This record gives sequence, C-alpha cells and structure tokens, in this order.
Amino acid sequence: MPEEKVRILIAKPGLDGHDRGAKIIARALKEAGFEVIYTGLHQTPEQIVNAAIQEDVDAIGLSILSGAHNTLMPAVIKLLREKGADDIIVFGGGIIPDDDIPFLKSQGVAEIFTPGTPVSETIEWVKKHVKPRHKRK
Amino acid sequence: MDSSLIEKILSGDDVATARALRMIDDELPEAREILKKIYPYTGKAHIIGITGAPGAGKSTLVSKLIELYRKKSLKVGVIAVDPTSPFTGGAILGDRIRMQSHSTDPEVFIRSVATRGHLGGLSKSAWEMVKVLDAMGKEKIIVETVGVGQDEVEIIGLAHTSVVVLVPGLGDDIQAIKAGILEIADIFVVNKADRPEANRLVKEIEFMLEMAGIKDKEWQPPVIKTIATKGEGIEELAVAIDNHFEYLKKSGKLKEKIRMQLEKEFENTITSLIKEKIYRKIQEKMESLISKMENGEVDPITLGEKITRELLKEEEK
Repeated sequence: MPEEKVRILIAKPGLDGHDRGAKIIARALKEAGFEVIYTGLHQTPEQIVNAAIQEDVDAIGLSILSGAHNTLMPAVIKLLREKGADDIIVFGGGIIPDDDIPFLKSQGVAEIFTPGTPVSETIEWVKKHVKPRHKRK
Repeated sequence: MDSSLIEKILSGDDVATARALRMIDDELPEAREILKKIYPYTGKAHIIGITGAPGAGKSTLVSKLIELYRKKSLKVGVIAVDPTSPFTGGAILGDRIRMQSHSTDPEVFIRSVATRGHLGGLSKSAWEMVKVLDAMGKEKIIVETVGVGQDEVEIIGLAHTSVVVLVPGLGDDIQAIKAGILEIADIFVVNKADRPEANRLVKEIEFMLEMAGIKDKEWQPPVIKTIATKGEGIEELAVAIDNHFEYLKKSGKLKEKIRMQLEKEFENTITSLIKEKIYRKIQEKMESLISKMENGEVDPITLGEKITRELLKEEEK
C-alpha cells in the first residue's frame, strides 16, 4: 500500500565533536514517526548535500556548536541550489547567537533552534513544515 | 511517466535514481512503470549480501569493500537496511555514518532504507531498489541487512553471494549449530579477529560446516578473518566474493538463482496487485467488516474467502 514517509537527514558539519544534541533530535524525530538518516560527525557541506540527494530527504537538520554556522549553513544551501535540490528544507540548531539568526534566515535557513528550546517544539515545527518534497510542488 | 527520468537513471544520475527509489519505497503506482522500463537494463551487476548480528561490523566492512572496489574503478551501489520502530513507524538509519567517506565519490550510490514492518532482514523495497542501482550502471551492489538474529534469511534470495559476519564472544558453541542464518553463508567472516576468541570461532564454524557435510559440496564456504576497522582481511574477502561469483557462473547456479528470483518477483507482483485491488474495494467498509468479526458474526477466514471470491468473479466479467 502506498505510504509516503517523511525523510530527514540530521548532520553535523564542521569540527566540533559534540553530537548529543543531534542524537537527541534524531531520536525524537524517530519517535515522532520520521525516517531519520544520521551521518555522524565532522561532515563537509559536500558530504551532507550528496547524502541528502542520494537519500532523497525532505529536510536537513544541521547541528553546529563550533560557531561556524554563518559559513557552514549557507554553504550547504548554496550546494543544494547548485544541484537543483533547493526544495530540501534546511533547519538548524546549536549555539547560535540571536544576532546571527536574521542573516541565516536571509540565506535560506528555514528555522533556527537555540539552546533551551524544548525538543517537542522542534518536532512540532518539523511536523508542521516538512512534507514529502515531491508533493509540495 | 516522465521518460527523461528513465533516461537519467540509465545515465547514472543520482537525483533521478534517488527519486525512483523513493517511489519504490513509498509504493507509489509510478514505481511499477519505472521498473518496467528499466528492466531490460538490469541483470548485469553482482549482488552481494552482508548480514550478521547488530554490532558485528557490517557497515564498516561494507565501507572497506567500497574502498577496495573503487581502487579497481568498479562502480558501487549500496542498500543499507535498518529497522523501523514497530511502535512509532519511525527509524534511525545510521549505516551511512561508517560510509560517509564515500559520499562525495560520484561512482558510489548509497541508500539507507527502513524495514517498514517487513520481516526477513530486508525492506520489501530492497528487491526493486537493487534493480534501479543495477540499471544505473553499478557493477557491485552491496545489500546490508538489518542486524539479524537467527532466522532473517531473505538475503539469500536477493543476493548472488551472501556473506555472514560473525564476531567472537557473542555466544557459546551451541549458537553455531543452530539452523538458519549459519546455513545461508556462501562466505563466513569472523570480524574483530584481534579478539582472543577469534580462532576458536573459526574452528567452530569449520567444524559446523564439516558436520553439516557442506565441505563435500562444490562450493566450500571459506571462513575469513577480518579486522574491518583496520582494513585487514578485506582483500581476501573481496577475492572470496569474486571466486564465489565465478563459481556461480561456471556451475550453472547463477541461472538457477535468477530463475528463483524471477519467480519471487512475479509472485510479489501478483500478491501486491491483488491485495491493492481488494483493499481499494473494501477500504470504506473496513471498519464495519472488522466490527462484524468482532461481534462474532463471521470469522476472518470466511470473510476473507468471500471477498476474494467476489473480486475474482468481477474480474472474469
């Protein structure tokens, strides 16, 4: 029987080695019924985007605690655009100063979740905003 | 059906292939159209199954095999299956973690798949997904099963060569004489072979094979020691995998396998077509039908027979 599942890639770009947050979100998304592809630590934007394309995901969640979000998040979005996959929604989380959020959103990041955001809030956001991408068109 | 999608798949395009795999996994009606069109271009790849207990090192082994195949300029496809939660329907697909070093290689296509309730160690979609990777030109297609116990053996039907990965220290000797998973191996791998019990495990497997009389048959499953994290034993494993494929071709066993696969694909298609038809027909009545059974008015077998009979009669007209 046809059943369209939403698939989400959770990725950790850059150099920091703290993946607790990413794993918690991955687990919570699983509990909410999503198929979550987790790619592990130290991913380059190229690795993330290629994985997202091969896995045909509907969204990418980026977890960054290193402070390099202003470089890495736009880099992922730029690559998605180049590969014609810019309908993949990008959201992010981590230690991101409020002042940086408007810039990231202007670059195409759909939403940013900062420390202290309840997990349930992130999950609700994903449920509301992420649908199978080929249906959205 | 968009014919350019087919062309793109056949030319090895990742985006088109990924899309087709999704349609297959979601069981969309378009999937069948795609499969029909690519079918003539399939049957070229060597399909390798990797199975074994959770934590045995399957994904790491797969990653090292990809590395070796890429050195030989072979194009590689991977289907990595992980379990779906029976409670929430969600899944965490983490096999890619060990394989991400290959994700920027354009000749490697890796797809993670959830079982979505399918038993047997694979997803229902795995069979058809392999066809797409085959059509896109991958020469070696590796299918990694979920971490299995003793009875998830569907991989023998799908793979030409089945590799069973074991690790020392998982159980006493009696585990090794049980039926099921141990009987399906074309090749045994004892991974994490730097552990103290490794040689004993190798001996146990060899003893088991001797007892089962398998050693007298044309193909004797080799037992290969590996330390996947260090890349040790991978070359030997790759040689064994190739030897097995040659054996299949020369002995005529490959033809037999292909016949069995065709039968299975045919059966699967018929089963799902009939099931879809019936469910489409009774969808709206489903609740009331279940209530009837619940109230004891009819049992599920009688009702199932009745509905199937009616559908087949309608088809005859």
